[in-house]
Amino acid sequence: MTVGLEHFLILSAILFSIGLYGALAKRNAVVILMCIEIMLNAVNIAMVAFSRYSHIITGQVFAIFIMVVAAAEVAVGLAIIITIYRSRETVDAEKIDLMKW
Amino acid sequence: MDNVGITASFWVLAVVCVASALAVVFLRDIFRAALFLVLCFFTVAGVFVILSADFLAVAQVLIYVGAIAVLIIFALMLTRGTQQGSPSGRFRFTAFLVGAVFLVTMILVVTGTDWQAITETPTGSTTSALAHALFSEEEGFILPFEIAAALLLAAVIGAIVLIREK
Repeated sequence: MTVGLEHFLILSAILFSIGLYGALAKRNAVVILMCIEIMLNAVNIAMVAFSRYSHIITGQVFAIFIMVVAAAEVAVGLAIIITIYRSRETVDAEKIDLMKW
Repeated sequence: MDNVGITASFWVLAVVCVASALAVVFLRDIFRAALFLVLCFFTVAGVFVILSADFLAVAQVLIYVGAIAVLIIFALMLTRGTQQGSPSGRFRFTAFLVGAVFLVTMILVVTGTDWQAITETPTGSTTSALAHALFSEEEGFILPFEIAAALLLAAVIGAIVLIREK
């Protein structure tokens, strides 16, 4: 059985669903960030798979931009989490509700 | 792509990738979850190699394994005061439902579409092709590239300002 575009897309969908479940269900804010990284990786796999099976390199350019945004997002996200941990002594996403109405 | 080696390595990488992603979500110990996240990043780099995206595979190892994983492990160390692991919240079943519905929808769409895929393997390194696509004068991505640089600078300064002791 040869590996085709569908295999990579389904692998990407499985990874994205796992990350989506984790990001919605977990309470530790750092674990939520880790799950978001898994989702971004899944999207990158889909981008590169489309790029390889259409021989158009633009998909890989988009994957590079996704990596840049992921790096920026994780730096700022972890800074926010550590700042909240300093002031409230918790990283539990259900207890960090100071901006809820 | 009828190479037996590529097929075998795809299945090995896919199984390890999905298993380590599941471990990230379901392990109680968050430090072990972070280590499995590193394994997941490595296998994604392997998938990029199978897709003949050599530059992106190296960038994946450098950025995700080298920078993002280290940042996440540092953050875990700095927030170690909460030792209760990573429990699931109140919306566990809703989240599972959302994930399952998304997965089933995607699999149905992917298997039901007639993809016009070019199966022969692209030859040569992608590095110079990527550089042409990014920086060519007429239809390049020079302005998004500059905006990405500004975004990174803003993120670095923002992180430093946030984390600084008052």
